[in-house]
Amino acid sequence: MKEKEIDLAVVGSGPAGLSAAIEAAKYGASVEIIDENALPGGQLFKQIHKFFGSKEHYAGVRGYDIGRKLLDEAENLKVNIRLNTIAFGVFNKNKIGLFDQRSILVSKPKKIIVATGASENPLAFPGWSLPGVMGAGAVQTMINIHRVLPGRKVLMVGAGNVGLIVSYQLLQTGADVVAIVEAMPKIGGYFVHAAKVLRIGVPILTSHTIIEAKGDKEVESATIAALDQNLNPIKGSEKELEVDLICIAVGLRPEADLCRMLNCKFTYIPFLGGHVPIHNGDMETTTPGVYVAGDVSGIEEASVAMEEGRIAGISAAESLGYISSEEAEKEKIKCKERLKAFRIGPFGSPRQEGKDKIFEEYKRRVKNVK
Amino acid sequence: MLNEQNILNKIKSSPGYPSKERFLKGPVAVIECPEEIPCNPCEEACPFGAIKVGEPITNIPMLIEDKCVGCGKCIPACPGLAIFLVNINYSEKETAISLPYEFLPLPNVGDEVDVLNREGKFICKGKVIKVIEGEDHTWIITILIPKEFFEVARGIKPLK
Repeated sequence: MKEKEIDLAVVGSGPAGLSAAIEAAKYGASVEIIDENALPGGQLFKQIHKFFGSKEHYAGVRGYDIGRKLLDEAENLKVNIRLNTIAFGVFNKNKIGLFDQRSILVSKPKKIIVATGASENPLAFPGWSLPGVMGAGAVQTMINIHRVLPGRKVLMVGAGNVGLIVSYQLLQTGADVVAIVEAMPKIGGYFVHAAKVLRIGVPILTSHTIIEAKGDKEVESATIAALDQNLNPIKGSEKELEVDLICIAVGLRPEADLCRMLNCKFTYIPFLGGHVPIHNGDMETTTPGVYVAGDVSGIEEASVAMEEGRIAGISAAESLGYISSEEAEKEKIKCKERLKAFRIGPFGSPRQEGKDKIFEEYKRRVKNVK
Repeated sequence: MLNEQNILNKIKSSPGYPSKERFLKGPVAVIECPEEIPCNPCEEACPFGAIKVGEPITNIPMLIEDKCVGCGKCIPACPGLAIFLVNINYSEKETAISLPYEFLPLPNVGDEVDVLNREGKFICKGKVIKVIEGEDHTWIITILIPKEFFEVARGIKPLK
């Protein structure tokens, strides 16, 4: 087996991974990004909408253009991006086993940044295995990357930002979004995203869920029902909607298998997607030399992922000796200030609380580890 | 439930919504962004300093009415497609509304379109008087509608 020594391996080339690689490479570290997909950019290239945030987060720029910018920057800094390559396992002393569809190789990085993002939560109901029941992320990939419309009459399950944004993008393809159902009594996503679909005439039914998908060989209809306060379906409230696509957008969870293999300790923060690898403000996990950034460290959004990636990249460069602690601190503070400002308000403050719990947990655990 | 009235109430009590007096003075930006979300491109887009977000970035955008000249630069700058331009003085009987639009095909100048309220209900017919590309694939469509609908008309039915 071939072994390759590098300063830093970044797993995942989404907004967090690219930002991390750019920072570390900027200070002189040799960086390799590993991504299992055929194209780099994570979810960025299917985000055809303009991003929110501030100038530092490319606010007002469409996701795919942000992906292009980050990718250009990484390439200019001679970051090696290894595509179609799965990081399948971890060996002694944090070596990463890679499979590039032809052979197995071993990466021997001095530091590792895990930026593997998230996976979609499934939702089980009778008929959920019929063709035509899909995750919202998959639908978004099909329509915006592969330009294939998987259905013309859609039921969206979940009114968080993903459900709302993908509904809007389905409308943009010319599909008809028959309804959006949301089990909770209120819309989870931003008002402005909800307003965009509402003013095209898509009803958002809160306290409603899907009961069953029906169809012979594929989805032909969906039964929905109202929910009572205990989230139980109200008898007699069932309605059948003629749809050929049921799109599931009921949240994400950190894709943290690699962190488990790297022996990182976990904690449970429901608001951040469930089990998350414990880390400190510099994004280092309980396994020294292993950092996390982006959704794998708690489900948030792309702008946060970019800031966390920057912090992880600076921290890695610092511990590799490419940048003084003083200078690193100065740079990290800027990112941390912006992150703080992001985690205010009804959407942000529960995330700040979740992150604070993770940081506290790190302090407790790492004392024990040392 | 989110219906026209609830949405309008929520927007009206936010600092981005113009006063009645300001509406009467002519073209003005209507910022329909009533939640504390981290976003501020509108602030920078305004050449007249008429939109204030400040710090923290989660502040709700505030319209400084006297400074707004109704240029419409903020419309395509808003990633949430939440800013509209309303001119209730367009003519004796008509209001002109400019709205952000990201659907194809585009309407043509002179077309008659179905005008929708905030929950997508048909309220009246409108006449397209201007179609321009605002910025990076966000188009600005200006329509004329009967004056009294200035507060409810916020969309047009996408053409198929």
